[in-house]
Amino acid sequence: MENKDTPRTEPRQSATFDPYTLSEIRRAAATGIYDIRGGGSKRQLPHFDDLLFLGASISRYPLEGYRERCATDVWLGTRFASKPIHLKIPVTIAGMSFGSLSAQAKEALGRGATLAGGSTTTGDGGMTPEERNHSQILVYQYLPSRYGMNPDDLRKADAIEVVIGQGAKPGGGGMLLGQKISDRVAQMRDLPTGIDQRSACRHPDWTGPDDLEIKLEELREITDWEKPIYVKVGATRPYYDVALAVKSGADVVVLDGMQGGTAATQEVFIEHVGIPILAAIRPAVQALQDLGMHRKVQLIVSGGIRNGADVAKALALGADAVSIGTAALVALGDNDPQFEDEYRALGSRAGAYDDWQDGRDPAGITTQDPVLAARLDPVAAGRRLANYLAVLVLEAQTIARACGKSHLHNLEPEDLVALTIEAAAMARVPLAGTDWIPGQLGR
Amino acid sequence: MPVVDLAQTSRRDLNSRLHALAQDTNETLWRIENPDGRHALAAGLDAPITVMIAGHVGYYCAGMNKQASVVVEGNAGVGVAENMMSGTVHVKGDASQSAGATAHGGLLVIDGNASARCGISMKGVNIVVKGSIGPMSAFMAQSGALVVLGDAGDSLGDSIYEAKLYVRGEVKSLGADCVEQTLDEEHRAQLRALLDAAGLNGEVKVEEFKRYGSARTLYNFHVDNAAAY
Repeated sequence: MENKDTPRTEPRQSATFDPYTLSEIRRAAATGIYDIRGGGSKRQLPHFDDLLFLGASISRYPLEGYRERCATDVWLGTRFASKPIHLKIPVTIAGMSFGSLSAQAKEALGRGATLAGGSTTTGDGGMTPEERNHSQILVYQYLPSRYGMNPDDLRKADAIEVVIGQGAKPGGGGMLLGQKISDRVAQMRDLPTGIDQRSACRHPDWTGPDDLEIKLEELREITDWEKPIYVKVGATRPYYDVALAVKSGADVVVLDGMQGGTAATQEVFIEHVGIPILAAIRPAVQALQDLGMHRKVQLIVSGGIRNGADVAKALALGADAVSIGTAALVALGDNDPQFEDEYRALGSRAGAYDDWQDGRDPAGITTQDPVLAARLDPVAAGRRLANYLAVLVLEAQTIARACGKSHLHNLEPEDLVALTIEAAAMARVPLAGTDWIPGQLGR
Repeated sequence: MPVVDLAQTSRRDLNSRLHALAQDTNETLWRIENPDGRHALAAGLDAPITVMIAGHVGYYCAGMNKQASVVVEGNAGVGVAENMMSGTVHVKGDASQSAGATAHGGLLVIDGNASARCGISMKGVNIVVKGSIGPMSAFMAQSGALVVLGDAGDSLGDSIYEAKLYVRGEVKSLGADCVEQTLDEEHRAQLRALLDAAGLNGEVKVEEFKRYGSARTLYNFHVDNAAAY
C-alpha cells in the first residue's frame, strides 16, 4: 500500500492531448459542428524567421544607409496589359471583402495603401464606392461566387485578380454567416438579408487551365487589354499551379501560403490543408524560371508577412512583391489590447481574437454592426496602416543595403542562409555555416 | 449596316469598335460574318445596338453584356451571356455549358438545348430554353427565372436561393433544397410574359409547366442538415 509520504509525480499534461485539443473535443461534443474562425494558421510552422541574411563584409560591400539609394518600386502586369501598374513599394493589401470587413475598414485600407504607395484589393462581394474613392490603385477580384461582379466596376479597376484559391483554404469555398449579412451586403450580393451566403469553390463557367486561358482572354477583351490580370492560388503545388497560370496568360501570379488569413473557414481546413509560404516560393520561382518568365510574369507572395525582414526574405527568394492582410488589420486596430475586457467577454483575449465570422469585433473591423463599425476612424486607421507600410519598407531597405543592393529586387537567395534543416530544404538555401542545401545536388 | 468579316478582321478590332460606340450611335445594327467559333465575340458591350452573328460562336459570347441585343445564328460555346447585366442574347441553335452563368439581368433565349449548369449562380437574369437543359442547372441560382420547355437533367436547382424555375417536361432529379412549388397566378403571369418575350406568343400553355424553388432549409447552417451541404 502506498505510504502517504511516498513522493508523487507531478500531474502531467499529454503533449498529444494538450489543453487546446481537449477543449476542442469538448466543444465538438457539445455542439456537433466544426469550429469556424477567421485568420490563418496559428500553429508553429517553418517560416521566414528560420532564415538569416548574411550581409556584406570583405567579399562584397554594403550601401550607405540614408545616403545611397535603395529603390523599392515594382511594375506589375508588364506582360500583356497596356496599362501596367507601378507601385512605389512592393507591398499590396490582400483581397478582403466588404461584408467580412466594415465599410470603414475598407476605406482605411484604401487610405493607408494609397498614402504609402501600395495597392488594395476588393473581395468576395464586389467593389464599394468607399474603397474605389480612397484607393489610388485598386485590384478587383474575380471570384467563383461573382457576387457584385459587373463590367462597370471591372472597367473602373486598375487590375483584375482571378481568384482560384487562397492559402487558408486551398480548394475551399466560403461562407459568410447570416449575422454579417446586413441589408447593404445582401443587396450587393443579390441575396436575402440574414441568410448564410455560400461562396462556391469552383468558378461557374470554366474548369481547368485550357478554359482559364479563354476566360482571361474574355476579361481582356471586355477591358480592351488595358488591365493587368492576376491569378491568385493557394499554396499547394506551386510549381504546377504557377506554370499553368503562366500558360493561361496571367500577367501576375499571387501565391498565398497557409498562414494567409480568411474571414471564416473551418479550423481543420486552415490548419491542415496547404503549405507554408516558405515552402512555396522557390518552386513557384523555379516554374517561372523554367518557362523563361521570371520577372516577366510577376510573383506576389503572401501568408504571414509581418515585418521588413519578411518582405526582404520573400523578395530574396524571388518574389516581386508581397501582400499583407492580417498584419494590415492589426495596423488598423484589430486585436488591440485597449479592447481586452470586451475580448474576454467574448471568450477570447487581445491577440487571440479570431471570431471574425461572428460580426461582433470590438475593434469595429470584421463587423457589419453600425455601432461597432463606427468605432474605427478610417482616417486615423489609414494613417496607422501607412505608417506600418513605411516601416516595412524601411526595414527591408535596411537589410538590402547591408547586402549591398541598390534595389530590393536585387536581393537573391545567395544572401540567405537557414537556421534549420527544414527551412534550408524548403527555401533551397544552405544551412547556416555549411554549404549544405538538403535535397540539392543529390545530398 | 456595318458588316464585319472575321475572316478579314481580328476579334480585337471588332470588340474594340463595338466598345467605342456612343450611347446615341447611328450604327445600331451590326452583322458579323465568319465567326467560326471564335471566343468572347461581342463581349463587354454597353450600347443599345443589335449584333447579328452569322454562325457558331465559341466561349463567352456576349459576356457581361449591357443594353445590346446579340443574336447568334448558330450554336454557342461555354458561358454564353455569362454575367449579362441587361439587354438580350438570342441563340438560334444549341448552347454549351454554363449558359447565362451568374447573369444579373436581361433575357437569354436559347432556341435549342442548353448543356449542363445552365443558369448557374444566376443573379436576376431571365432565361428561356426552348429545348432541354443538362444536369446541375440553376445551381446556387440566386434570383431571376429559368424557363425550360423541354426536360431538365439531374440535380436541378441544387442549393438554390430565390430564383424561380419553370419546367414543362420531365425533371430527372431535383438538387438539395429544391422542391416543387405551386404555380399561382403571379407565376403564370410571369411565365406568360417570359414566353411572350421569347417570341412564343400563345404557342405554349403556361398550365403545362411546373414550378420549382427553394425549400429554404439550407439558408442557415444547421448540423442536422450537414449531409445536404
